[in-house]
Amino acid sequence: MTNITDLTLVELVNKIKKKDVSSKEITTAYVTRSEKSKKLNAYITDNFENALKKANDFDNNPNYEKKLPGIPIAVKDLFCTKDVKTTAGSKILNNFIPSYESTVTENLWKEGSILLGKLNCDEFAMGSSNETSFFGNVQSPIGKNLVPGGSSGGSASALAAKLTPATIGTDTGGSIRQPASFTGTVGLKPTYGACSRYGIVAFASSLDQAGPMTRNVKDCALLLDVMCSYDIKDSTSVNFKRKNYFKELNNSIKGKKIGIPKEYRVDGMSKEIEDLWQKGINIIKDSGAEVVDISLPNTKYALPAYYIVAPAEASSNLARYDGVKYGFRSEGNNLIEMYENTRSQGFGDEVKRRIMIGTYVLSSGYYDAYYLKAQKVRKLIKNDFDEVYKKVDAILTPSTPSSAFAIGEKSKDPVSMYLNDIFTVPINLAGLPAISIPGGYDKKGYPLGLQIIGKTFDEQNIINIAYSMETQINFKNKIKDWWI
Amino acid sequence: MTIDLKTVKHISKLSRISLDDEKAKKLEVDLNSIFAFIEKLNELDTKNVQPLTSIAETTLQLRKDEIKSSNIREQVLKNSPKKNKDFFVVPKVVE
Repeated sequence: MTNITDLTLVELVNKIKKKDVSSKEITTAYVTRSEKSKKLNAYITDNFENALKKANDFDNNPNYEKKLPGIPIAVKDLFCTKDVKTTAGSKILNNFIPSYESTVTENLWKEGSILLGKLNCDEFAMGSSNETSFFGNVQSPIGKNLVPGGSSGGSASALAAKLTPATIGTDTGGSIRQPASFTGTVGLKPTYGACSRYGIVAFASSLDQAGPMTRNVKDCALLLDVMCSYDIKDSTSVNFKRKNYFKELNNSIKGKKIGIPKEYRVDGMSKEIEDLWQKGINIIKDSGAEVVDISLPNTKYALPAYYIVAPAEASSNLARYDGVKYGFRSEGNNLIEMYENTRSQGFGDEVKRRIMIGTYVLSSGYYDAYYLKAQKVRKLIKNDFDEVYKKVDAILTPSTPSSAFAIGEKSKDPVSMYLNDIFTVPINLAGLPAISIPGGYDKKGYPLGLQIIGKTFDEQNIINIAYSMETQINFKNKIKDWWI
Repeated sequence: MTIDLKTVKHISKLSRISLDDEKAKKLEVDLNSIFAFIEKLNELDTKNVQPLTSIAETTLQLRKDEIKSSNIREQVLKNSPKKNKDFFVVPKVVE
């Protein structure tokens, strides 16, 4: 029999339903491999003992009607999990044990899945390399001292290294798609309002979305089915008729119109990214879709607008960390000093930087010049997409402007780090769905991703396009277990 | 525009994050490079553009004001760094 950890999520579900394998066997296989992989630093908190117990319980009383029967899954440590420590990668939440469960993780457990552990991420999801985590850097299984991307870096690393059959992340400016691209995996950011934000540690509330991270597109469709639900506990959850993404998966893209935005051909873009993009375009054409040149003229303003909106919302969301109700506290001589010491010692440098930017742009006298201006630019970016979607069904771009970089390579210069998200940020600003799939390798042998952007709530369409492209690209994982 | 050290200290005060001089100087450099990048937005004329206020295609729903959970005092206080039976404890604020 093939190694359990080599099987995809869908294969595992089928095998367990056929009783070819037990939940105990699957969970043991993942626990064993995870324990041998501590060098990657993918986990912040493991739930191995509990997971094995739950696997046993499942085997004693199995329910094969569930969508993820007895399947262990590790999740980003930004999702609150009842009675299991949830840190958001921060010192300030180092001892926080939620008494409630996030809706998205609750959806996983309701469908029979078992929590394997909590995965490392950038502190409060602020970062593109997992280097801002209080719990240390995450190694990418792609190569030694290479970043896995961020902020869902632990998730991407654990997924690519086969420490979990699938995982979930969150994406505020690219935090699912960029690490998926860096690690040769599939990551989808759903439409804003598709997955509930309840119980997810908030970063920028008008941009945050949870989404699946998987080894292939089929797994992605299944996991999205489970995650996605209308939730009264999230005031921005949208009550639309959710599809059965997995059942309706098909690879026919004949006659579809796919837009190629000229503004994504940015200055200094490497030949390799250019070639990757062209490869994607050729594949789409060969599959009978029509390629249409389009323009999204305000693309270059997306990143500057994002670095106003996201920090502004973050500065407001993170005001709750005051050392009073939960989390870390550092004492002071009076209340204000206690707040200042707590926040100064509890937050890392990147988080402080963003809180400061956000506080500044919202402060008296600057609101109109920065925040209001950014919200207007955001409208223009949204209008760009609305306009092109009159002509095309989806848009194809590269996921990132480069492949994975070395740990420490960009952490000194915040702006060069921010530029990593140049192709992913506009999608969050417009609230659209987008998926990143592996497109090939660069000269160094590092994976590169292609991004397919869809219309609002048209996840099925981009999943189907991705499914069709995936077959043609036939990406093969070249990871050698160098860390074991 | 540039952000001087005095402004950095003012923002740190508003943010309730204490900063020593070394950190403040480092932040001055970082914030200036980030704002130089952000200033790119000034190229755009947005005089007649309505700001985007909500990205979700939905109107906020009202719900009945009902008690959904009760007897959760222990849960609420559980994660508090300092508590005294039924209260969160903070440094003295009233003389």
